[in-house]
Amino acid sequence: MSRAGTPRGGVLRHAPGLTLGLFLVPIAAGLVGTWLPAFGYLPALGGTSLGFESWRALLNHTSLPGAMRLTLTSGILASALSLALVIAFVASCHGTRLYRRLRRALTPLLAVPHVAMAIGLAFLIAPSGWLARLISPWASGWTTPPDVAIVNDPYGLALAFGLVVKEMPYLLLMTMAALGQAQADQRMAVARALGYGPVVGWLKTVLPAVYAQIRLPVYAVIAYSLSVVDMAMVLAPATPPPLAVLILRWFNDPDLSLRFLAAAGAVLQLFTVILAIAAWNLSERVVMRLGRRWIVEGWRGGGGGLARHMAGGAMSLLYAVAGLSVAVLGIWSLAGRWRYPGAFPADISFGAWTRHLHDLLWATSTTLIVGLAAAGLALALALACLENERRRALRTTNRALWLLYTPLLVPQVAFLFGFQVIAVRAGIDGTWGTLIWSHVLFVLPYVFLSLAEPYRALDERYARAAMCLGATPNRVFWRVKVPMLLRPILIAFAIGFAISVAQYLPTVFAGGGRFVTLTTEAVALSGGGDRRVVGVFAFVQAALPLLAFAAAFAVPAWIFRHRHALRLPS
Amino acid sequence: MRLLRAIALFSAVLGISAPPASAEALKWDVIAAKAKDQTVYWNAWGGDERINAYIAWAGERIWNDYGVTLRHVKLSDTGEAVSRVLAEKTAGRDSDGSVDLIWINGENFAAMKRNQLLFGPFTQALPNFKLVDFAGKPTTLVDFTVPVEGLEAPWGMAKINFVYDSARIQTPPRSIPEFLDWAKANKGRFTYPAPPDFIGSTFLKQVMIELTPDPAALQKPAPEGAAFDTATAPLWSYLEALHPHLWRGGKIFPASGTAQMQMLDDGEVDIAISFYPSDAASLAQNGRLPESARIFVLEGGTIGNTHFVAIPYNARAKEGAMVLANFLMSPEAQARKQDTAVWGDQTVLDVAGLDPAGKKRFDALPAHPALLPPEALGPTLLEPHPSWMTRIEAEWQRRFGG
Repeated sequence: MSRAGTPRGGVLRHAPGLTLGLFLVPIAAGLVGTWLPAFGYLPALGGTSLGFESWRALLNHTSLPGAMRLTLTSGILASALSLALVIAFVASCHGTRLYRRLRRALTPLLAVPHVAMAIGLAFLIAPSGWLARLISPWASGWTTPPDVAIVNDPYGLALAFGLVVKEMPYLLLMTMAALGQAQADQRMAVARALGYGPVVGWLKTVLPAVYAQIRLPVYAVIAYSLSVVDMAMVLAPATPPPLAVLILRWFNDPDLSLRFLAAAGAVLQLFTVILAIAAWNLSERVVMRLGRRWIVEGWRGGGGGLARHMAGGAMSLLYAVAGLSVAVLGIWSLAGRWRYPGAFPADISFGAWTRHLHDLLWATSTTLIVGLAAAGLALALALACLENERRRALRTTNRALWLLYTPLLVPQVAFLFGFQVIAVRAGIDGTWGTLIWSHVLFVLPYVFLSLAEPYRALDERYARAAMCLGATPNRVFWRVKVPMLLRPILIAFAIGFAISVAQYLPTVFAGGGRFVTLTTEAVALSGGGDRRVVGVFAFVQAALPLLAFAAAFAVPAWIFRHRHALRLPS
Repeated sequence: MRLLRAIALFSAVLGISAPPASAEALKWDVIAAKAKDQTVYWNAWGGDERINAYIAWAGERIWNDYGVTLRHVKLSDTGEAVSRVLAEKTAGRDSDGSVDLIWINGENFAAMKRNQLLFGPFTQALPNFKLVDFAGKPTTLVDFTVPVEGLEAPWGMAKINFVYDSARIQTPPRSIPEFLDWAKANKGRFTYPAPPDFIGSTFLKQVMIELTPDPAALQKPAPEGAAFDTATAPLWSYLEALHPHLWRGGKIFPASGTAQMQMLDDGEVDIAISFYPSDAASLAQNGRLPESARIFVLEGGTIGNTHFVAIPYNARAKEGAMVLANFLMSPEAQARKQDTAVWGDQTVLDVAGLDPAGKKRFDALPAHPALLPPEALGPTLLEPHPSWMTRIEAEWQRRFGG
């Protein structure tokens, strides 16, 4: 470990500092840009003194209680359901054919943009939607759609369901990636030898190790679910909307004085997320305590057939819903006229595709450049930080790195105004560098999140053995660690790329309106609510990350085709 | 009031005022010469591909005629552009800004004008400005009761109308009270977008104008206290009576005007509110509404307004922006915009006063059964003072938004 003094180690030593520096400046600017207006200070709008006026206005706002209730119920419900489903499925179905089949189908689910999934889902399940059209009016008798609130329901259930459809695949991916590092197969072998059933054995021996690795991704899901804007605009009610949508509405309100209220709301949003994660952390401890007792009490459990059917069935249903939501958007992209109650479009038209071909090519190239650069940069920084941590024998004690997660916790719209002001003042807004930088802010947390636990869980004895054979730390890194961690590394890159592709507000704010990506184009056009256009852009928007994920799975599989132990555990 | 006081203070401290546009700089041939080789970043709502295609066409035309490059920055909310100008002002970038032209009106214009974020006056320098029908379309000079004062150039006309499917409805309601009777007889078949969506807010203002005891008071700032309660009491009792008969029992409202138009095509409602009298025809031609779609207006008239283009105070390509604004007011551009096959947005020009070539362009526009001739569109009612909108939206949220 004393090798930190080598030149390479010297460079590496600055990795956390550099990473945090890249982060701290915009984060500090973002936070200042949020907290000052929240307390009344924003000179451009004439706020020059500090006070609690906007807090009073916020806390007395008639929409606030409803918005908070909606945010908390839908966000917590979605996070808990996603996690429960993933655990139930992996525990009961690991090793089955269904498991392998659904694992292969995971990538498309991850790649479909949130807002596209939401629009497809809304059309699928709405009273005038596809499912209703398929049975109307011949079977249902509905000559006009029934007047029931399935989408935009006042309880936010449709939003929670939509979030599960999009967040469950991310947790499932993280869980599957963690299985190898948690040595799931070996643990299960021991558990089975001791007479445990497959489900109970998994829950008792593998889950504790796996959950430790997916804890941060779970927190990210909670933070995302509580501050989601794009899905909420489609699936949540508007009176009142969830807190994040309400804040965005205030930020965009023509009455510029509402920006003070919006800033206070953004701070409240931050606290909501922090408190929710703290509460979750607390319940983790309770579950852990109860679980420990359950684990040692010795109950072996049965064959788990019923659990397998229920969890497998629920998971298959979710996949089917997601698949149909995407399929129906595909049909819309080719639809001419399609009115209720027609089960399919009255005529087919390629117009939506041909009209946008030019814009698509233009936007795709920008999206690719920014996405590859941001994901590559984030990956390099994350690897450098993690490797530095290892070489300097720092355990996860590098506390400052938690700051990396702040961009996930602060509502984007509040955070970015301050960033934009700094960029404008420095005269670097609207440049490629600033655009990529702004994307890295949101890409790096996810890349780090995906990579940190597998990296830290890699058995240090491999590196030690290699060093004993005379390899330098750099050689160990490139010849031992990178190959062994190739899958999580590439998955982290693909996730980073997908996150970059989906960024809307950072592109708009940091890009100064100079850059057109698939997402800025899609979001702008989705304002018009034409499902044909949404279908076209959703398809291309999903296609790019899909290719990245496919590569992340295919490359290690091909490289390790002769190395059984490095293949994906099932 | 707090904001006004704060702005006054702020302006006094920093000595900021709108940069005066010197008369000499605004000679048309000087403008056109300076505009050459400039790139104009036009920040305009990008939610409609018909409008986007029209803007792309305008870009080709001004490139050919003036050597000006147009880049359409497609916004999902005009507030984004206002936000960017605000950020630039916060950072002290008072020239060389990134927004050259904004598609704007109403509250956004009022806010930018009030905060001195606009360049001008500039419209007098534009040759096509004198073709505008100021007498017939007074909203080209007064935007939501706020005097335009040359800070924005009129681009198109909007007027509340109602779209319905004539295959399903034979006798649509013709007044706000009749709407209530119609909704009672057709439970769950009508709704309006939740304010602050501008279509939803405009519907509330329409109800307000028809029912309030003293409509003239709406042209002045909204009063405080009992006077406001008296003026708005009929609105609230009307809505209390109407809501139980709306779509989803008035418990849920569509999030936007476009969502509501989609609901009409989905068969979820029978009547949708539109701000563009040619919208129904255009959507029907595009396959997004049935061919049997028609529009109707209310007998007492409906609210109308004008939408404009404005130049931020710190725009980089002011001359290019003015060249574009001038082109957008030309008979060629205005007639093309009014064509329902292109977009279907009503002209701001005085068509009768145009030269024969200009008039011919408008006469050649195709007819469509979902279009009403101008005389059938009824009287145009003026937008109330923006303070009414703010107060009514807040009160609506308090009563129905929780």
